[in-house]
Amino acid sequence: MSVVSLSNVKKEFGTGGVVALQGINLDIEEREFISLIGPSGCGKSTLLRIIGDLIQPTTGEVVVNGKSAHQARLDRDYGIVFQDAVLFDWRTVAKNIALPLEMMGWDRRKRAERVKKLVELVELTGFEGHHPWQLSGGMQQRVSIARALSFDPPLLLMDEPFGALDEMTRERLNLELLQIWERSGSTVTFVTHSISEAVFLSTRVVVMSARPGRIVGIVDIDLPQPRTADTREGPRFAELIREVRRLLRRGGGFDVEEPAGEEELIVAEEGLQ
Amino acid sequence: MLSNALKRVGMLVAVLAVLCGLWEAFKWFGETTGLRIGAFEVNDRTLPHIYDIVGQLFEPSRRNGPMLIEVLWNAALFTAKEAAVGFALGASIGFVLGVILAHSRLLQRSFLPYIVASQTIPILAIAPMVVVWLGGRGFPDWFSVSVIAAYLTFFPVTINTLRGVTSVDPRALELMRSYAAGSFEILWKLRLPTSLPYLFAAFKIAATASVVGAIIGELPASIQDGLGGAILNFNQYYATSPPSLWATNLIAALLGITFFLIVVVAERIVVRRAPEHVA
Repeated sequence: MSVVSLSNVKKEFGTGGVVALQGINLDIEEREFISLIGPSGCGKSTLLRIIGDLIQPTTGEVVVNGKSAHQARLDRDYGIVFQDAVLFDWRTVAKNIALPLEMMGWDRRKRAERVKKLVELVELTGFEGHHPWQLSGGMQQRVSIARALSFDPPLLLMDEPFGALDEMTRERLNLELLQIWERSGSTVTFVTHSISEAVFLSTRVVVMSARPGRIVGIVDIDLPQPRTADTREGPRFAELIREVRRLLRRGGGFDVEEPAGEEELIVAEEGLQ
Repeated sequence: MLSNALKRVGMLVAVLAVLCGLWEAFKWFGETTGLRIGAFEVNDRTLPHIYDIVGQLFEPSRRNGPMLIEVLWNAALFTAKEAAVGFALGASIGFVLGVILAHSRLLQRSFLPYIVASQTIPILAIAPMVVVWLGGRGFPDWFSVSVIAAYLTFFPVTINTLRGVTSVDPRALELMRSYAAGSFEILWKLRLPTSLPYLFAAFKIAATASVVGAIIGELPASIQDGLGGAILNFNQYYATSPPSLWATNLIAALLGITFFLIVVVAERIVVRRAPEHVA
């Protein structure tokens, strides 16, 4: 059984307005690491939100772990990481990580044990009592990842989590994320603007085109696991990058490394609701 | 840290000295040149010396009576009680109103204009009615003064609560929804903490407004024991002792500043934010 199954998903913003997504069919299997890549306005963030039941598709069906996306959200099947860490300034690192656990009714002692493990996992030991503004961008994002992992969600949804970080921090966090993924056993859906990041991390890369957002092709990434810093050096890595780039070009959009204009669209839509 | 605090105290003293200096300089200038602005003439009656005003505090308030500062201290305590109850009442009502309005566009659109309109009615017109409504209903006399103070207090709190709880990062809302959080949890764990800086900004305005409201409210309520009563009283004796009224105003101002500072201290303790976000 697929963890996520999308059939014929279409999303229109406003009645008769912009078609953000059309004819999306995609199955994500357990323990996969799927990247969604495409030019600005291809609807990849929208697609991620539809999977997470934060936005409703106009038509089509979303099945997550054999139930509706809505039920999956109520069952807390999702851990979400955004481009900004979205930490709560008034909470310490430990309390930010424990936020979902509080809402799930874990008692104080269990929360503390779990937070301790997560802080070790994301290598922030010693920073538990710090407030978010006292951390660097990379550290903040690690807190945000720890928070998403805190309750062992079967599905991790990541919306350009490293988009705002510098290249070096990004590559280091890529490696860390892969280690976390291996250990946690969750399924990851990852939105990115970076071709090399998508190829390096993923088991499959879903390439999308803009206006309307469609799936142009899916590239199986057959690089050996576990991936290391050397993975980027091999000829197969370069080949796969070329393959993704070719599909992107076919989709008509090649402004891949540019920041998305799509976020604004989503916020505008939320304002309408 | 210490040198910083010293610097601030130094600044405070310096500014105070400059203001007093300007006052006395203007007085000296007016008196020596015989300056007249319309009917206003500078003399000891219109503009007493600062040392006369402060000195008056340590004179007996009436023949064989206690010192003025003792009378005013007791009056200030009385008014402080009225203002504090008024502040608590107004801030609570204002907050609840703000939260309710924030959760419904419809309510916001229907009620906000009237809430704004309520503040355009002069407090002097409302006060006598409040006194009549609450009179003889088992409340202590000063309670109607608190209600009048609350009337001035609730408004900034409502407006800023509304602003604060709706200024939440849309990503943070999505995050809370992904945890299947209910609206009460979202209010308690996200909206409220987000609105705290806004709330405290309102509390600062409300704190001084509550003191003003309490002083004004004492007049129609015919309450003699507070600063409002003292102002009315010394107003009648202004011809014979101008510094008494000035001294009373000084104490009233100090009470307002005290209320303001209490809010500032509370904010320091409660609001944990990035330094650049602290208002």
